[in-house]
Amino acid sequence: MRSIPAGPRPKHLTIGRIGLYCFIFVCAIFFLMPLYVMIITSLKDMDEIRAANILNLPKELSFYSWPKAWSQACTGFVCEGLKPGFFNSVKITVPSVIVSVGLSALNGYALAFWRFKGAYLFFGLCLFGAFIPYQVMVYPLLKIEDALGIYSTLPGIILVHTIFGMPILTLIFRNFYASLPIDLFKAARIDGGNFVKIFIYVIIPMSTPITIVAVILQVTGIWNDFLLGLVFAGRDNQPMTVQLNNIVQVDYGVAEYNVDMSATILTSLVPLFVYFISGRWFVRGIAAGAIKG
Amino acid sequence: MKNNVEVKNISFSYGKTQILKDLSLDIKEGEFMVLLGPSGCGKTTLLNCIAGLLDLSDGQIWIEDDNVTWKEPKDRHIGMVFQSYALYPSMTVEKNLSFGLRMMNTPKNIINEKIAKAANLLQINELLKRKPSQLSGGQRQRVAIGRALVRDAKVFLFDEPLSNLDAKLRAELRYEIKRLHRDLSNTMIYVTHDQIEAMTLADRISVMKDGLIQQLDTPKQIYNKPANLFVAGFIGSPSMNFLNAKFDKSNQKIIFGKKQIDISKYESINNLTSDQEVVFGIRPENINIEKNEHSIHCKVELVEPMGADTLVWTSVEGNPISIRLEGSSNYNLNDEINISFDIKKSSIFDSKSEERI
Repeated sequence: MRSIPAGPRPKHLTIGRIGLYCFIFVCAIFFLMPLYVMIITSLKDMDEIRAANILNLPKELSFYSWPKAWSQACTGFVCEGLKPGFFNSVKITVPSVIVSVGLSALNGYALAFWRFKGAYLFFGLCLFGAFIPYQVMVYPLLKIEDALGIYSTLPGIILVHTIFGMPILTLIFRNFYASLPIDLFKAARIDGGNFVKIFIYVIIPMSTPITIVAVILQVTGIWNDFLLGLVFAGRDNQPMTVQLNNIVQVDYGVAEYNVDMSATILTSLVPLFVYFISGRWFVRGIAAGAIKG
Repeated sequence: MKNNVEVKNISFSYGKTQILKDLSLDIKEGEFMVLLGPSGCGKTTLLNCIAGLLDLSDGQIWIEDDNVTWKEPKDRHIGMVFQSYALYPSMTVEKNLSFGLRMMNTPKNIINEKIAKAANLLQINELLKRKPSQLSGGQRQRVAIGRALVRDAKVFLFDEPLSNLDAKLRAELRYEIKRLHRDLSNTMIYVTHDQIEAMTLADRISVMKDGLIQQLDTPKQIYNKPANLFVAGFIGSPSMNFLNAKFDKSNQKIIFGKKQIDISKYESINNLTSDQEVVFGIRPENINIEKNEHSIHCKVELVEPMGADTLVWTSVEGNPISIRLEGSSNYNLNDEINISFDIKKSSIFDSKSEERI
């Protein structure tokens, strides 16, 4: 008997749906496979790795590669593991993120609300700057920093990250602020706010979603950076990525794949962690175009 | 009475578009001035110029004998209420109200006193600890009005404050604003495109179009004696009926098509010249259904019952005419009727200059 349409429409599993699920499943396998290999390899000892069954689970769990990668593996002539690199990366990332996000928020605020003469030109330059491959600027910047005496220092690398982060961050802050109701800004001006006060008391409290997006972009970008760290940080401040490279690229002795895998996972933990805790906020921030007061 | 706000020959251009052209306007102390006009007429621009949110291209603005043309909005002693409420979303109602005072480093006890007073006046005591997102539209606008009140402003500016509210709330808050003005008797400048708000609230209305003031007068005058064709058509709902006609001086009649109307009772009939092309305007409530020697015969084409009154549509020589009748009146489609015009209450405009005669 055929049922008469009433109530909720019955759910059907269509061919399209099945295809979609298959596709998603294959994609998931494809992207998870390297992670799987990395984790199980890091838990094997070298004898088992030499047996070359790359996909097999370890017969015997061995955790020795993890502490070794963290504090004993050799990078060049020093054998202190990734630990110094981790703290170098923290020392580089934290101030770079704070300075670049803070300045970009201020820039975006000025561009969106205080339409100064040439604001559009400036905005256009920012847009342009966001898409210039930074290899082009590495050498000139190096010469400038050398002249300033901050080449190969911690402030030097922080300055470089701040400069390269600002165009794109200014862009996203400006666009976010441009989507806020302009009446809010007008009301704040009548209520006695000046440039700084309005920014601190009215604009910053409303910036949470977009600030989270900016922080995620900057933390992952700076943490994952290799080139700038290699060129500008100097021997004492080499970030984790550079040290990871030094561990993995051995010119002599045996390649310890389990240690390499552990080191790689350790290096990627920070961006992974950031994505996991902030995924929800990231989506919310990106979609925060229409905030109503 | 002295002037509280004086707008002296101001012009404002946005890029190459001139929005306000050499506009002057004096607003008396304690006056409720409504700027009324269709969208794009420059009324909100004028308000923003008075507030100092836009820089003039020319002219001056004076508030209480003080030339504020180059002063920052915060130094003009104004309070402003926006259509979009513009409450700070991250602050509670209390913080919203006190923001302006805190920016001026007002002592805490005075702030509390002023907030309590404003909250009482607007009946928002219960809401003080809430965030704007937890308020309804009407409550938000009350808070926004409160925020303007606590600042002891010399002038209150309203930028279409009721346009985002539904019809019932709009009527409620309109009443509230009128009451507020009665009790505080501050100078208020109020922008709206809603003629009912304008008629009910204003001491004087300035009707604007294309950046120019078309007529500046009391609501009564504007309704009964519109200065030109635009004002006549803009004010009143349903709008005034218009008939294009020619004046016949010898008979003191206007002729349109085959019909004639005797206008000998029109107040300024002597200003009309022979064979002048005119537009005859009459409000729907000034047309009567009655048979006499001047009446015109026509047919009912549409009936709109509106409760308190009924609108009957007919046409004369192809021109649609609406007639406002009592709610109890009973007419049906295709009824034959005779209508006559109350000439004393009509308006006659020159069809070229569109000015009232």
